[in-house]
Amino acid sequence: MTDLTSMTLAEARKGLADKTFTSLELTDAHLKAMEEARALNAFVMETPDQARAMAREADAKIGKGEGGPLAGIPLGIKDLFATKDVRTTACSKILGNFVPTYESTVTSQLWRDGAVMLGKLNNDEFAMGSSNETSCFGPVGNPWRREGSNTTLVPGGSSGGSASAVAALLCMGATATDTGGSIRQPAAFTATVGIKPTYGRCSRWGIVAFASSLDQAGPIARSTRDAAILLRSMAGHDPKDTTSVDIPVPDYEAAIGKSVKGMKIGIPKEYRLDGMPAEIEKLWGQGAEWLKAAGAELVEVSLPHTKYALPAYYIVAPAEASSNLARYDGVRYGLRVPGKSIGELYENTRAEGFGAEVRRRVMIGTYVLSAGYYDAYYIRAQKVRTLIKKDFEDCFAQGVNAILTPATPSAAFGIGEKGGADPVEMYLNDIFTVTVNMAGLPGIAVPAGKDAQGLPLGLQLIGRPFDEETLFSLGEVIEQAAGRFTPVRWW
Amino acid sequence: MTATSGKLMKGATGDWEVVIGMEIHAQVTSKSKLFSGASTAFGGDPNTHVSLVDVAMPGMLPVINEECVRQAVRTGLGLNAKINLRSVFDRKNYFYPDLPQGYQISQYKDPIVGEGEVTVELDGGKTATVGIERLHIEQDPGKMLHDQSPSLSYIDYNRCGVALMEIVSKPDIRDAEQAKAYVTKLRSIMRYLGTCDGDMEKGSLRADVNVSVRKPGGPLGTRCEIKNINSISFIGQAVEAEARRQIEIIEDGGVIEQETRRFDPDKGETRSMRSKEEAHDYRYFPDPDLLPLEFSQAFVDELKAALPELPDQKKARFIADLGLSPYDASVLVAERESAAFYEGVLEALADRARDGKLAANWVINELFGRLNKEGRDISSSPVSASQLASIVALIGEGTISGKIAKDLFEIVWSEGGDPRELVESRGMKQVTDLGAIEKVVDEIIAANPDKVAQAKAKPQLAGWFVGQVMKSSGGKANPQAVNDLLKSKLGI
Repeated sequence: MTDLTSMTLAEARKGLADKTFTSLELTDAHLKAMEEARALNAFVMETPDQARAMAREADAKIGKGEGGPLAGIPLGIKDLFATKDVRTTACSKILGNFVPTYESTVTSQLWRDGAVMLGKLNNDEFAMGSSNETSCFGPVGNPWRREGSNTTLVPGGSSGGSASAVAALLCMGATATDTGGSIRQPAAFTATVGIKPTYGRCSRWGIVAFASSLDQAGPIARSTRDAAILLRSMAGHDPKDTTSVDIPVPDYEAAIGKSVKGMKIGIPKEYRLDGMPAEIEKLWGQGAEWLKAAGAELVEVSLPHTKYALPAYYIVAPAEASSNLARYDGVRYGLRVPGKSIGELYENTRAEGFGAEVRRRVMIGTYVLSAGYYDAYYIRAQKVRTLIKKDFEDCFAQGVNAILTPATPSAAFGIGEKGGADPVEMYLNDIFTVTVNMAGLPGIAVPAGKDAQGLPLGLQLIGRPFDEETLFSLGEVIEQAAGRFTPVRWW
Repeated sequence: MTATSGKLMKGATGDWEVVIGMEIHAQVTSKSKLFSGASTAFGGDPNTHVSLVDVAMPGMLPVINEECVRQAVRTGLGLNAKINLRSVFDRKNYFYPDLPQGYQISQYKDPIVGEGEVTVELDGGKTATVGIERLHIEQDPGKMLHDQSPSLSYIDYNRCGVALMEIVSKPDIRDAEQAKAYVTKLRSIMRYLGTCDGDMEKGSLRADVNVSVRKPGGPLGTRCEIKNINSISFIGQAVEAEARRQIEIIEDGGVIEQETRRFDPDKGETRSMRSKEEAHDYRYFPDPDLLPLEFSQAFVDELKAALPELPDQKKARFIADLGLSPYDASVLVAERESAAFYEGVLEALADRARDGKLAANWVINELFGRLNKEGRDISSSPVSASQLASIVALIGEGTISGKIAKDLFEIVWSEGGDPRELVESRGMKQVTDLGAIEKVVDEIIAANPDKVAQAKAKPQLAGWFVGQVMKSSGGKANPQAVNDLLKSKLGI
């Protein structure tokens, strides 16, 4: 039965359709794998009863020939997505045992299409982090280790639980969210495929907000095709989110295997950082060669404002977060730490409920929005954002179909290794990914190779607005050339 | 534009001019809230009109209610103001238990409505013009209940998220009378438009009043803001009390501190709430959950074409078409219901040109007078528009005299009935039969020879005879005919 967990989602879909196995069998196999992998701390809440009930329902539907596109496929859900009657915490103490009475639009679409929920996945508290170390449930282990080492590494963040669970074959796919790289960076750290679609492609309704103008949901999956299958169900217009866009959702899977011949691939010179590890440089070159071999044309492009992206991001995102997190005040739900006055109740609740990184960002955000600083920080950061967006527009106007970059500046690192003394060290993880959020563009991370220590490395492809299909076609080319990577089980 | 000068206030050092600007919070008339589908109905049990969005559950997002946008545009048009085709929602960040999101969604830099102006009615038929700085839409917070428990405060979120229009005036108001007249006029315009019910008791309309004083023509003084006044007469009292306080401080050599104050109607004074130093830093920034609010000029034009006739237009029409005095016209149009009643009377009149003005007098003097006396409002008037029209027509056509008409009005008020039938059945018709009147005149002349002699010597004493004849005829004799007959019979 262990075989059932090692398939791709697409393979499992076929097996279910052919009645080779049932969803209940597939689900049970994953529930067992989850149980055995508790050392990874990927799940913060397992929902086996619900999973089996959903699986039985899916089997019945499949039996009647009424199974949806994801019928019987067991998935993990990042704890940022509100799930009806299932505890949703954003991995923050401040939400305590909050149980929503509502289901996020994205997850409700997955259930509509027949998917099965295995449980809720760990993430950085309120999605603030790049290593999953800020979660109130503790860090997540990366299924990958350095060759010959017993050191547990981080899976990246903030969707660390999603990436770890998919890489460790605990679920066939997972939902994730990406505000500055939170899908792509953990995907790169775990040899999984992660796509952050265009801003507005997926509804944000029911997803705990971090930075509203940057947040976007997307899948982490075992293959490019799996990511395409999942995104089709997750995407779509939602009248409850006015920033979601009302354009039809294409059949992303149809883009898998489509020729990339004649496509122009931009290689941005500004992404060649000083001190970048040689193996990242080499991987990037290799990726370009693969695309060229598939018939794409490589062109050097310039994204001159790239160097301002990270600083500007760390103004815009905390500013929005400071306001978005004001609702966690101990008055209506979640944690309440009493005080002698309402002011004390706020202070006690928020001091105890928020972790250090969240408190830091709330303070940064409050500072940059304050009278006298607003113009110097927030307004200027928004101007930078406009320039970054224009960089990409100029690039696409020259006929570039997609841009190829490394996904991360390094491979996964050890728990506790980074950011202890200087948070900026951690923030630098997002150096290649934040620009994409700032510009609202789609970006995909695909596994492309390993470093000298045997850790996976990923490449990022950035596309035109709402042209996720091109990213899937190109991602598939890299996947075909690089092959799939599976960690050696140590847990 | 310059402000209309107001009543100066006397101080120990001479006259002082009061400078007033106002922020009016008007609750938008709409079925559902500004950013959620929850009901806006007043008076529900606590926390029964609340959605997930209103109480800021995690992951909830606001969606603009288009009807509220239309109402704001209509109001802007009613204020003769510039409608901004693009406006932006901002977050005003502060912590308070009645504000679940931890921020109020409002409009800061780019409001939906820009500059406009309104003409306000002052005593004696005078008017003043007050400039409008802007109008923006925002969410109302919930309501704290402190009297439910000795140790806890409760919160009712029914009102939370209801749409408000904040209408900001320019500092063009110069005394308490103008301040009251301004709010009265805004309320009237919004009630005509149906964009705010103007019910101050229910909190549908609240005023923040900024007051400063200066020597006439001098530089502006430091202002204080008096928050949340919920009656028009309190607005007048608050302005007077605050201006008086400031004058006394300055004349005693003191300095006015900019601060927020509240008005205590029981003591008739304003009290400090918080100083400038304690003022919040609201950290406004554009709400990333909402796109800028954009609509076309065609959308505005469509709303404009469908606007009802507003008080100023109605007033002008009453003056031009019916020859009403500006004062009477103002009184009639001040409330939409009064104007509607008067127009109902006009509708029922066969000869509007002849009786329209008389009808205005009857509505204002007899009907409003009587309603006021009994503390009733126009909607519960026992005399209907068509009944009043009948009474006025009976006067106009000469069937009854004005005096009889008052008796008839009294009967209709207390007993009801068709005025024309009442005049018939109760014999109230004016006597125009000269023979009948002559008979009465002759009888009275014959019975009072001494008075006849006096009247011949002193013609103004003829009035006594007129009175006697009217009395004897039960007021029904045509006064003109009586006069003419007496003059010829007495030879004066």
